[in-house]
Amino acid sequence: MIKINNITKSFGDKPVLGGISGEFEKGKTNLIIGSSGTGKSVLLKCIVGLIYPDSGNVYFDLRNFTEADKEMKSEIRREIGMLFQGGALFDSKNVEENVMFPLNILTRMSEADKIERVNFCLKRVGLEGVNKKMPSEISGGMKKRVGIARAIVNNPNYLFCDEPNSGLDPQTSVVIDELIMEITHEFDITTVVVTHDMNSVLGIGEKIMFLYKGSKLWEGSNNDLTHSGVKELDDFVFTNKVMRGLKGT
Amino acid sequence: MKGFGRYVIFMGSLFVRRETFKTYYNLTLEECAQIGLKSILLFMLVSTFMGAVTTIQTAANLVSPFVPRFVIAQVVREMTILELAPTIMAVIFAGKVGSSMAGGLGTMRITEQIDALEVMGINSASYLVLPKIIASLLMYPLLVIVAAVCAIMGGYIVGSLTGALTPTEYVYGIRYTFNPYFISFALIKSFMFAFLISSISSFKGYYTNGGALEVGIASTNAVTTSIIAVLLSDYFLAYLLL
Repeated sequence: MIKINNITKSFGDKPVLGGISGEFEKGKTNLIIGSSGTGKSVLLKCIVGLIYPDSGNVYFDLRNFTEADKEMKSEIRREIGMLFQGGALFDSKNVEENVMFPLNILTRMSEADKIERVNFCLKRVGLEGVNKKMPSEISGGMKKRVGIARAIVNNPNYLFCDEPNSGLDPQTSVVIDELIMEITHEFDITTVVVTHDMNSVLGIGEKIMFLYKGSKLWEGSNNDLTHSGVKELDDFVFTNKVMRGLKGT
Repeated sequence: MKGFGRYVIFMGSLFVRRETFKTYYNLTLEECAQIGLKSILLFMLVSTFMGAVTTIQTAANLVSPFVPRFVIAQVVREMTILELAPTIMAVIFAGKVGSSMAGGLGTMRITEQIDALEVMGINSASYLVLPKIIASLLMYPLLVIVAAVCAIMGGYIVGSLTGALTPTEYVYGIRYTFNPYFISFALIKSFMFAFLISSISSFKGYYTNGGALEVGIASTNAVTTSIIAVLLSDYFLAYLLL
């Protein structure tokens, strides 16, 4: 479980996050949703430690990450897997080397064990036989899958995904969403997904946090989404005719 | 001053939360191959022509019957060892290797590859930059030695072919009143230039913000700032050590 407590962040004199608190549950896909510019990615980066919050704390299973010393931070980070918006695969390494990278750096596994683990993860994300391909030779959807394989290769306790569907066609988006959800349940990890894709929200949003102008306005599941009673959330969710039809307005 | 302060902090960050020796060893070897092998042909080509042109121009200017012709070779030697090989090659090194370092790191920054390293608990600055600096410190002095040899050879070939001076006069001039300290001086300069170019270029690339345009700007800034730093340090080293 990840708990955040009163996270604030400003860039210069522009406040981006205004005191956000909440919990992300283990074994569930937790979504952070909101329009562009509401601070979703900044919140995610504060949680994983890529940005230091101005105030507030982040707890990974009761361990205070924000105030942890370097060793503790390093230890927690080694339990984190992250899928970045563009995949963030290392250009100079092939698929196998990319997925194996965390194992090379963080473990003392034998070469044979590492290859076995890499092949298992690639198979798990539906990519077999692409081990030697370079990132420039594979599609956007495949890059995301490789990114997921790299994120889970070291058996993380926490999985973070920043806009996993951006730049993907609707069909591939659903495949990636389902993969994230399956992996979350299968390995019983705490998954946090930042998205503004409504298909994802409805499909995998077991727990949803809605951000509006840097503040948390609503929290619930995808089942509660259509009758939240929060105007800003309704404006975000029911933007097109199909969604308005679902609501019956 | 703010930029210089960030640079100093950046350099300090290279030595904290380091990875294993084996990791750096492998990365440094890769960088050595990248920096050394991929630059050596360009260095040889430029320095050979540099030596050849220096010989022809010196010969054209030393027309007095009171100046022996072996002095041409002496001038080529001193210019090559003291200035052309370490300093002019540094400008080429900044243009080729420095811009590549800044561009590579800048691209890694904007495509979140550096963030990916940080999330894994790796000190990205140390992991990515320290091997580049070590490899530059190892390879650049070697490249300077190769460049100096090629320049002197270039002068020999052109001097002989054009009849500006005979091979015997050239060899005599190269050896005449040779001061071995100048080699040490050139190597000290090359270590300093290698450090400045690799660290400044890495710094500029590592802190790139934005997109492809900013990566290009970072590359250009890396080359410009490196060259200015090289020229300033060239002056101070000459003032202090000669």
